[in-house]
Amino acid sequence: MSEKRKIKVLVCKPGLDGHDRGAKVIARALRDAGMEVIYTGIHQTPDDIVNTVVQEDPDAVMLSILSGSHNALCPVIMDKLKEQGIDDVLVAVGGIIPDEDKPFLEKHGLMGFYGPGTDLNTIVDFVKNNLKR
Amino acid sequence: MDHSDLISKLLKGNTRAAARLITIVENDIEAAEQVVNSIYQYTGRAYILGITGAPGTGKSTFISTLTKNFIEEGKKVGIICVDPTSPLTGGALLGDRIRMKQHFSLDNVFIRSMANRGQLGGLARATEDTIKILDAYGCDIIIVETVGVGQSEVDIFKSAQTVLVLLVPGLGDDIQVIKAGIMEITDIFVVNKMDLPGADKKVSDIMQMLEFKSSYKYESADFDEKFAKINQWTPEISKVNSKTGENFEVLIKLIEKHKLFLQQSGIILNYLKNRIKTESIQILRHKLTKKIEDLMNTDAEIDKYIDQVIQKSLDPYSMANQIIKMLGLEK
Repeated sequence: MSEKRKIKVLVCKPGLDGHDRGAKVIARALRDAGMEVIYTGIHQTPDDIVNTVVQEDPDAVMLSILSGSHNALCPVIMDKLKEQGIDDVLVAVGGIIPDEDKPFLEKHGLMGFYGPGTDLNTIVDFVKNNLKR
Repeated sequence: MDHSDLISKLLKGNTRAAARLITIVENDIEAAEQVVNSIYQYTGRAYILGITGAPGTGKSTFISTLTKNFIEEGKKVGIICVDPTSPLTGGALLGDRIRMKQHFSLDNVFIRSMANRGQLGGLARATEDTIKILDAYGCDIIIVETVGVGQSEVDIFKSAQTVLVLLVPGLGDDIQVIKAGIMEITDIFVVNKMDLPGADKKVSDIMQMLEFKSSYKYESADFDEKFAKINQWTPEISKVNSKTGENFEVLIKLIEKHKLFLQQSGIILNYLKNRIKTESIQILRHKLTKKIEDLMNTDAEIDKYIDQVIQKSLDPYSMANQIIKMLGLEK
């Protein structure tokens, strides 16, 4: 039985966005890289996501947003995480994130911003190299 | 590392402390020992329900509806969902939360997904310790969902007071019902998706199996004691619809009936003894395996024995006996 520390990742889709193919592909790629991936499905509110982070204690949270509502949703999620005192979790957002929005999201502590066509190895390495604990 | 700060927070009902401690017992068996050592005296209050069944029988949806009923009674519920780890990559996809969409609040429901990390039997190594953490955290009821099982993943029977097995109409004929394993550890059979055709047929299949079983006497005394729980309680059968919540009030009464039966018949004590015995065996197995592996990989003496086995002056069983001596475990 391996007692090696496992990387645990939460993959979820906030808001009213049903385009979950990308999130599922990411979840599967991270699983195949040996990580434990929790997939919560679509239509997650910021409160749902923060509650899940509190209970599951993941090392990373991968948000997938293709609806254009990233600027509205991401800061709320980050604020609610802060309220819970959670500051050692990598939070990344991917999907359709226009370049001009990245500085704003970075300012709120988000990373990643990978879009369609990204090599899955890039995303696996990104998670491995940016963990905060 | 000292975890006393987290533990004192846990005992005050702090959710993040509970979550962090579960991560610790999952990843580090030595830390798990310390954690259990400090919280053990605060455990034993929660009632543990085991939910098992084949993949697709609706375990997660069922648990979601059951939990809704429990929190309406003012109870605090802990849920542990175990999913399989890939034997090839070591990764896992934990998807039980998808089916638990009701917006439970942090105050009364704690859900934790867990990969089994290669352990057979339907649970993870850390499941027992996680039950203890949620117990000390203040859960009244702890629901453990096993890996979507085949027919013999029966470890849940040792951890849970009441075991519910989910079946659905149209999945397997009556031969499935008489196969050994899961069907024998069940306290309450739940025929889920009762709105589908064939639900009544499923119920009558189970009833027939139970009549057959009650006329049969187990002969070995040891076997009898081990299975006392299933010998004296005649399993109940309940039909439910997890999507609409239909019939759950009946099911909850059956769970209470079984709980009362365990207490009044004194079987709860047998159950506890068996549980502690099995748990110690598991811990010992883990510790001894580690000792054996350490010895095999580090001791120069071992290489000498291996050479002797190659030269046929020693056989593998005799070599094993020599190693048992080296470990100081010979009779």
